[in-house]
Amino acid sequence: MKRISFLFSCLYLGATAVQAESVAVTRLLKTYKSQGATTASRDQGKIMWQKQYSGKSPFNTRSCASCHETDLKQSGKHVKTKKVIKPMAPSVNPERLTDIKEIEKWFRRNCKWTLGRECSPAEKASLLTYISQQ
Amino acid sequence: MKKLSAITMVLLVGIFGINTACSDDDWEDRIRYSTGVKLLENPVYKKECGDCHMAYHPGLLPAASWQKLMAGLEDHFDDNAELDKELAQQITQFLLDNSADKSDYRRSRHFRNMAREKVVIRITELPYFIHEHDEIPARLVSGNKEVNSFSHCNACHKKAEQASFREHDIFIPGYGKWDD
Repeated sequence: MKRISFLFSCLYLGATAVQAESVAVTRLLKTYKSQGATTASRDQGKIMWQKQYSGKSPFNTRSCASCHETDLKQSGKHVKTKKVIKPMAPSVNPERLTDIKEIEKWFRRNCKWTLGRECSPAEKASLLTYISQQ
Repeated sequence: MKKLSAITMVLLVGIFGINTACSDDDWEDRIRYSTGVKLLENPVYKKECGDCHMAYHPGLLPAASWQKLMAGLEDHFDDNAELDKELAQQITQFLLDNSADKSDYRRSRHFRNMAREKVVIRITELPYFIHEHDEIPARLVSGNKEVNSFSHCNACHKKAEQASFREHDIFIPGYGKWDD
């Protein structure tokens, strides 16, 4: 009996962990929808992730992978400071995408640096969908 | 018997007293006082700034420099490090309260006393920094893959994160110990 309830506790804990992660993503996707994002496309997110954007020197070409690698399950490296950045993929780094404020902070900073402007709600919805499924 | 216990008490108090005065933390801090800057714990600062680089100790820059740096986070040494207003204010206050202007630690005193009239936002452009590093050849820093730049204090100052910049703790990757 004890064993069974232990098993259930584990299952429950596991479920809450997964749930906690998706809560932030689900809520943000809803927000982006209310801001006019009609689609949240995983494929579109992937294209954005890999696209090279032009920027001013010394970083004439920039992409998400400049700091985060093309494979989100790998650790990245800050393009300038070389500090190691933990993987973006929630499947290997469950801390990712669990905090709405953090997600919004980094979208603002990194879209401005990489694309030279803020991302639209539709772009953020696609990127978030792509990242959350890694 | 009473006399004996009084002596024991005195001895015990003595031992505890010495113990407190010479604890490891205290000793480390004495070293920092003469060879480094003040070590401060601030989880918010560590997270918001330390995510991308070593969270530079507030005592490494004068107040005017911190003020200028925090006012330009949108273009932060070729990166965007914007923060929301409330967080930016909170961190600015922490930096100003503990800047080189407010600290008596030896390195902080030098950083502020030798500061130029022009406000610089790079620690590496402060006259005291330049003075302390002018004998180090470029090949050991910019020409050294494991160091890259003077901005990476902790590449050579093994206790930089602990705010200690003692010569004894310098180890240049690919070169070894550094003796002035």
